[in-house]
Amino acid sequence: MKKILIANRAEIARRIIRTCNRLGIETVAIHSEADGDLPYVSEATEAVLIGPNPVVQSYLQIDKIIEEAKKRGVDAIHPGYGLLSENADFARKVARAGMIFIGPSSDIIEKMGDKIESRRTMIQAGVPVVPGTEEGVTTLEEALQQAVEIGYPLMLKASAGGGGIGMVRCENEQALTQQFDSVKNRAKAYFGDDVVYLEKFIADARHIEVQIFGDHHGNLVHLYERNCSVQRRNQKVIEESPSPNLPQDVRERLCAAALQAGKAVNYTNAGTVEFIVDSNNEFYFLEMNTRLQVEHPVTEEVTGLDLVEWQLTVADGGKLPSQDKIQTKGHAIEYRVYAEDPKTFFPSPGKLEKLQWGEGARIETGYEEGNQVTPFYDPMISKIIIHGSDRADALSKSQTFFNRVTINGVKTNIPLFKEFIGSEQFVSGNYATAVLPEWMEKTKEEHTL
Amino acid sequence: MKELKASMAGTVLNILAAEGQAVTAGQAVLTIESMKMEIPVEAEVGGKVEKIHVEVGSFVNEGDVLMTVGE
Repeated sequence: MKKILIANRAEIARRIIRTCNRLGIETVAIHSEADGDLPYVSEATEAVLIGPNPVVQSYLQIDKIIEEAKKRGVDAIHPGYGLLSENADFARKVARAGMIFIGPSSDIIEKMGDKIESRRTMIQAGVPVVPGTEEGVTTLEEALQQAVEIGYPLMLKASAGGGGIGMVRCENEQALTQQFDSVKNRAKAYFGDDVVYLEKFIADARHIEVQIFGDHHGNLVHLYERNCSVQRRNQKVIEESPSPNLPQDVRERLCAAALQAGKAVNYTNAGTVEFIVDSNNEFYFLEMNTRLQVEHPVTEEVTGLDLVEWQLTVADGGKLPSQDKIQTKGHAIEYRVYAEDPKTFFPSPGKLEKLQWGEGARIETGYEEGNQVTPFYDPMISKIIIHGSDRADALSKSQTFFNRVTINGVKTNIPLFKEFIGSEQFVSGNYATAVLPEWMEKTKEEHTL
Repeated sequence: MKELKASMAGTVLNILAAEGQAVTAGQAVLTIESMKMEIPVEAEVGGKVEKIHVEVGSFVNEGDVLMTVGE
């Protein structure tokens, strides 16, 4: 591979460019009108204005992106995460245009993108799956009927959903009745598909995922797990590896189940198998993400590997190392810095008047001081990844780091991190997915955010 | 007469009230999409919607007038 186009923006585009530069691979960046000043645009070998600001007119323009890639003689396209990364049609068109799609095949993306189909596949493969409906539910009557068997509370989810969108918890029949049409409509609006299904709600659950990698020679390995249970609005905020308070035998069984899931679909390239783990350490498959994850640096920090390099190697036909060569060291925590109000989580676009990070962390950001954080895209402005000899060391380094950060111009969730990571709930490591909203509720009056 | 202004930049996703319609304080009258989030905009005062200054798909900046509501 000599030249790749990155069908993405900001932080992840910059991250991919960095590895490509190290490997001597040229890069083509695409950008909307609003993103022209972001650092990734000038850091790429070439840059193309792909369209106006809304993603549908720029970053989601499949045919235009492929046409630009062909015009510039690229060998492969890296989709990053989000946007087109799990779009089977895009992967298929890239391959048809004679280029390599840096990710799994379009068939795998399609199969795992349909949550009902992926549940069915995992059940057949013997991977434990959250109890729920085996087919899509089309009418409210059907949903109410199935709900009796599953039991409340339950999750109503869009089959094509992702990123926390198109899923809602229903406590009882009345809630399911109220939410049914709304979730269907949102599913249609966001994902172009209104199929929904029901899943039992597992109380006090942790969200733990396993990074897997497959090559085209039949090798499949795991890179251990990440705990992603600190969330707001069903979206991850803090991720860490290894997962605190996870018995070693459960960790081993989780990793084995993830490999079983990957083998069931002959998985290639980077993928993540997401599980929920209940208070008895019983775990269930949730979904498989067929791309690089936002939180991949956590795994990179503990394993010392470059996952983007692995993606390029596998896409180019290279072989993966054997499982025994993959070891972990220490503890890593990633914090997603969002341009948002730390109390209400409402967005806070604006100009980054001052952006001073300080030392002591790996900083993955798509922005520099003076850049505009626009309302058109995701609110994440940066990821802070801190590695320590153990969890206590990583937490102590995190406090020191956050005390030195200065960001002016937009509100961020850094004040929230500063308080939350010192809380008993987080420090104990014994936390489930509701930890952040519960902690905020409990300490409402004490907040100095 | 009270002007309802946008608290952040974004794109108008839905308009949930019509000109001439009576609304109550706290009622969601519009939704704005900003940074991939849907933000409901509520009427600050009750009254009749006198004029809607935006349409679905309009891009608004912080401080732009969205609606005027007669008290």
